[in-house]
Amino acid sequence: MKTLIVAEHDNQSLKAATLNAVAAAQQLGGDIDVLVVGSGCQAAADSAASVLGVASVLLADNAAYENQLAENVSLAVADVAAGYDAILAPATANGKNVMPRVAALLDVAQISDITAVIDADTFERPIYAGNVIATVKSSDAKKVITVRTTAFDAVPAEGGSALVQAVDGAHDAGVSSFVGEEVAVSDRPELTSASVVISGGRGMQNGDNFSMLEGIADKLNAAIGASRAAVDAGFVPNDYQVGQTGKIVAPDLYIAVGISGAIQHLAGMKDSKVIVAINKDEDAPIFQVADYGLVADLFAALPELEAAL
Amino acid sequence: MKVIVPVKRVVDYNVKVRVKPDNTGVDLSNVKMSVNPFCEIGIEEAVRMKEAGVADEVIAVAVGSTACQEQLRTCLALGADRAILVETEADAQPLGIARALVAVQEREQAGMVIFGKQSIDGDNSQTGQMFAALTGMPQATFASEITVADGKAQVLREIDGGMQTLSVTLPAVVTTDLRLNEPRYASLPNIMKAKKKPLETVSPADLGVDIQSHVTLVGVKPPAERSAGIKVESVEQLVDKLRNEAKVIS
Repeated sequence: MKTLIVAEHDNQSLKAATLNAVAAAQQLGGDIDVLVVGSGCQAAADSAASVLGVASVLLADNAAYENQLAENVSLAVADVAAGYDAILAPATANGKNVMPRVAALLDVAQISDITAVIDADTFERPIYAGNVIATVKSSDAKKVITVRTTAFDAVPAEGGSALVQAVDGAHDAGVSSFVGEEVAVSDRPELTSASVVISGGRGMQNGDNFSMLEGIADKLNAAIGASRAAVDAGFVPNDYQVGQTGKIVAPDLYIAVGISGAIQHLAGMKDSKVIVAINKDEDAPIFQVADYGLVADLFAALPELEAAL
Repeated sequence: MKVIVPVKRVVDYNVKVRVKPDNTGVDLSNVKMSVNPFCEIGIEEAVRMKEAGVADEVIAVAVGSTACQEQLRTCLALGADRAILVETEADAQPLGIARALVAVQEREQAGMVIFGKQSIDGDNSQTGQMFAALTGMPQATFASEITVADGKAQVLREIDGGMQTLSVTLPAVVTTDLRLNEPRYASLPNIMKAKKKPLETVSPADLGVDIQSHVTLVGVKPPAERSAGIKVESVEQLVDKLRNEAKVIS
């Protein structure tokens, strides 16, 4: 058994999601290599080399890979796939974009978003917004898999000492180009890996009121999230969205404020260890999954909570 | 330019599905079925492109059982010009569906193929990307804005942490995200008109494709139940519980 992990990185640093994918690979057993495809990404490759449990790091460093264009990156992954039994990536926006393309190039199915490894061919994954857990078995000799990061505890980022080998060849399909990017810069922890998340819903009434969550987030070192209703209403940007079609989070503490709890939202947060719901409607479905429910007007409760922390 | 919109028949998003008692699958008897919401956004976008003069024909394509005709008629009522059903009783999975769609594309030569970013039943998020790989087309997934000009599409797409803009050469694959548009409702006259629009049925064999799945469903189970906890009376009590009982804050 030999497994290749496609690293999630921004050319400078390795993203934590990679560590969860390595953890999933460890359950498959055998050697684990990490492939870093990017441009000027030696530092990310060096970080990957120090991840505990990684045997070797392959580095495909070329200008064509700078912006992770799926057309080019998938060719780079498919190029080195021959030596591996399984190819894994975290189910991030980037992993979801690139990996099915890799699978099709290799003429195999993809198993998306696995939450458990049963054996080398059999996996569990959520379907129907997490309302059903399916056990699926792949008959492909080579597996292409994306990993739900919240289902696997990250391996230590330090302690390994793998060799970094450069991979020859560069692919530029020449059919797509990067125009621009607007990525929010924040001092807060990343939503998907934060140990505390506080999310606001339609009950927040407007975007300005989200500042009421910020003080609490500062005190708890929390990331701020939102329900689809709050994003659709324009209160906060789309990358705040927690749910079936947004981000999947499983922090130690999830605080849902003014969120009713549609099944699509629950799909994104119900694996959190402790859930707190603050809502003035005592019949809101969010209370059915909350460990601690507070029926209260959030505009009174939030300042009180901030003061009490 | 022709635009193909592949659409999937799925359990309506308002239905809470149940696992069959023998755990072999999900109980779909007497459950309301609909067009996958992301595919509906794809139809809406294609129809708007036609209304704006960017596209001249919108073709809805489904791969699945005879019953998919119902969803294709819905797409025709929403403004698609014609529909194609690649009819199969097999449990078609993303790679097989992508192969069937490639055969349709070879015949139709569409300038853009707009997929939903995922179906709300399988939650795979694969078919568009696989189709793009098999045809060698560029892809712009999770789109929230599409602008077509000079043989290219500029697409604003949702990524982790923000937004990215890509330029892709046509023909190209786009997959829709939630905020691309808000689909219209079909009017009664359009529902009536849709009944007369062409709906062609072909088989995978007609197209010369093998859609056999490489993945089998071993079984299903409901997720671990999360039971409701307690209601606290005050913020003070909440903080006390979090600090001393759950020990998640210091």
